[in-house]
Amino acid sequence: MAEKRTDAHPDSLASHQNVALLMRDITKVFPGVVANDKVTFELKVGEVHALLGENGAGKTTLMNILYGLYQADSGEIYLYGKRVRIRSPRDAIRHRIGMVHQHFKLVPRHTVAENVVLGLDGAPFLAPARAVEDEILQLGERYGLKVDPKAYIWQLSAGEQQRVEIIKALVRGADILILDEPTSVLTPQEVEELFKILARMREEGHSVIFITHKLDEVMEVSDRVTVMRRGKVVATLSTADVNKPTLAKMMVGREVVFRLKKVACERGQEALVVEDLWALSDRGLPALKGISFSVCRGEILGIAGVAGNGQKELVEVITGLRRATRGKVFVLGDEVTNENPRRIADKGVAHIPEERLKRGIVPEMSVAENLILKRHHRSPFCHGFFLNLRAVKRFAHHAIEEYAIMTPGPDTPAKLLSGGNIQRLILARELSGEPALVIAAHPTYGLDVGATEQIRQILLEQRRRGAAILLISEDLEELMSLADRIAVIFEGEIMGEVSPEAATLEEIGLMMAGEKRRVRR
Amino acid sequence: MKRLGPFVFERRLAPTRTAILGYSLLAILAALVVMSFIFWAYGVSPIKAYTVIGRTTLGSRFGLMEILRRTIPLLLCGVGLVIAFRAKFWNIGAEGQLLAGAVAATWVALFSGVSGPVKLPLMFVFGFAAGALWGIIPALLKVKLQVNDVISTLMMNYIMAYFVKWLIYGPWRGPTMRGFAYTDLFPRDAWLPLIRYSKVHWPTLLVGLVAAMLVALILSRTRLGYEIRVVGDSPDAAHYAGISFLGVSLWVMLLSGGLAGLAGVGEVAGIHHRLLEPDHVSLGYGYTAIIVAWLARGSPLAAIITSLLFGLIFAAGDEIKVTLQMPFQITGVFNGLILFFLIGVEVLLYWKVGLVRKGKGWVGKAGS
Repeated sequence: MAEKRTDAHPDSLASHQNVALLMRDITKVFPGVVANDKVTFELKVGEVHALLGENGAGKTTLMNILYGLYQADSGEIYLYGKRVRIRSPRDAIRHRIGMVHQHFKLVPRHTVAENVVLGLDGAPFLAPARAVEDEILQLGERYGLKVDPKAYIWQLSAGEQQRVEIIKALVRGADILILDEPTSVLTPQEVEELFKILARMREEGHSVIFITHKLDEVMEVSDRVTVMRRGKVVATLSTADVNKPTLAKMMVGREVVFRLKKVACERGQEALVVEDLWALSDRGLPALKGISFSVCRGEILGIAGVAGNGQKELVEVITGLRRATRGKVFVLGDEVTNENPRRIADKGVAHIPEERLKRGIVPEMSVAENLILKRHHRSPFCHGFFLNLRAVKRFAHHAIEEYAIMTPGPDTPAKLLSGGNIQRLILARELSGEPALVIAAHPTYGLDVGATEQIRQILLEQRRRGAAILLISEDLEELMSLADRIAVIFEGEIMGEVSPEAATLEEIGLMMAGEKRRVRR
Repeated sequence: MKRLGPFVFERRLAPTRTAILGYSLLAILAALVVMSFIFWAYGVSPIKAYTVIGRTTLGSRFGLMEILRRTIPLLLCGVGLVIAFRAKFWNIGAEGQLLAGAVAATWVALFSGVSGPVKLPLMFVFGFAAGALWGIIPALLKVKLQVNDVISTLMMNYIMAYFVKWLIYGPWRGPTMRGFAYTDLFPRDAWLPLIRYSKVHWPTLLVGLVAAMLVALILSRTRLGYEIRVVGDSPDAAHYAGISFLGVSLWVMLLSGGLAGLAGVGEVAGIHHRLLEPDHVSLGYGYTAIIVAWLARGSPLAAIITSLLFGLIFAAGDEIKVTLQMPFQITGVFNGLILFFLIGVEVLLYWKVGLVRKGKGWVGKAGS
């Protein structure tokens, strides 16, 4: 089906017969962050190409540019050797590119066929859904995409819905298919079936881009892999020539950018003890399966792991935002399991949340008002019914200065601050009460180098002061330079604990992929 | 940045006060312009219509008093809705809460056995409580059972309206009213004092003004107000900060419903002196107050101004009916137009609009 073009072209790579897609020197800058920095990406005809990187590495941005959702600031896109401009998803579809988003774009109350035909060029005016039913069945036969065209979307499992998305792309004639983290919502059995489908598609001559941060999947399904880190391409390799530890190292980065001065820690009283903790995810599946650990005052316990292995649920259970189904949480010796978030915070637990904008601040409210959130009901900010606005203002000026928050003033709405300054605001608020326990979830995620360094220094300062810190991060380099101990979480269980001095990145990387368990048994 | 035909839209984060004021006035002006076509289609010269309205409302003592009289229930309901809307609680039920207040006041006036100077204050207390109760029910439904607040508050209006009907056709029908569907007239100690030669029951007006100031104080200076704003702006942050959703929702609807209840007390004790058909007790004040609160954009003090504006429109409706022989429902049309244009200018508040110029990108047009 692919239109092969052989027009001579100055770029030898692009004019090569086998190359379906070439994105060259793509740069895309968002306010405050370079999402893609001169990224070059090549896709051959009939290959499954994994795009590997941590969250925020720039994978999805690059693919959104290819699919016309974003426009690149600079750089070129060639399809079969011919330069193209893709201004919208409609353009992308016309160029036979299909994309399956991480979160499906389906109408739940419509049938499979109705969803497939929605917006399809050339669909008949009358009974359009019936016209594609046969085609859906044929595609299902050919690629193993089994799904009933007459079923309603809301009746389907996540795996089946994903097949509908793939069918949607194929019906529109997609030769190049982009799958954005396709396995994140699937059960292991559904993952197996997806991989079979991908193999069929490769045999039929389709080219597939597979976005992921899971090493196992790269090894299992891809022909080649491109690793991205912090907006740049680290390398493009043939999967046969690499192994998981090498990829892990490339993905998280070997070199330590910051040499942080870290004084030896003096372990004090146990500030946080977690015993056999179990909890469910939002989808009602077990997310934590018997987690136990403790953190002492004056030490940093790092939790390493690939996103989605229970880190979010762990933080939420400790801070009272999610119910534990089993097990106990103790803060400074007192049990706080399933207490409400205010009571836990009042015990001296600071929480630097993962979802900074959604949870960490109230966007419409001023910097000063945001700085007292969680303590707005206590002295000195509140006496009885009334707020003490003078104390609020005094604290704001103090915090803005101490944490170098760049803001026009304390009355500026928090939503106008940059990402780094929003994080400084949250740190100023959470740490000013001299907390006994600090829960920091991805504290430097998505921040620039300066803010990252400052925030790491602040965390070390808290440790020196005698706070216990639970640091959740995907950034191994960060964990290696900050943590006193590193525990690795995989599918809701702790795979093991290592000291950053003794451990290697390979060892941690393997535990992140769930390897340790096999070794232990 | 987005393109739509020849226009380019650029996101604007925080509209300035001047922009909000300017665009709100623009919306009202646009409504006035469209209104003049309706006058014209009715065979009335718009110029004449606006002149008559201006002269008979703003231009005479009687007209000004009529405006004030209409302003009272709009102000009380409007201030209540401002609180609810700040918490993003979509209270469409001020009409029912107002009627609940009227029912409670009627009970105190006719059936409680209380008399003397404590009677009127007691009517206000009971009216507030009844409105608050009628408001708290949807709050509980929303927090405990996730029932949509728009639907539940709206439906509660009908329940209360039919309850009032049942009362005046049934157990409370006045023996001295010769079969008409009214209650008996209230005894004189349940009548609110009026400004002379007018129907302005000034104690309720005073209550409304004090309520606006108190609510402004609550929102900006108290812990409750702070929590209301956090819940309204970011429910996730409220959860994270351990703010009780149930507590805030109950307080919000207690105040919102209670203030609407006070408006109901004012209408029966100040103007009608009895309970009567629900659409005579209130001319849809509880619904118009939604626009009053929307136009006030979360400021209780601004609700004083916006309720005066809609008081003027109601008073003008009376004049249109009498002088220009047009139906009173024309006020509903006008209110609808204003709301329509207000929602329309939202786009201009949060998006800078420009025209596409060939090859040159775009040029700002409605930016400030």
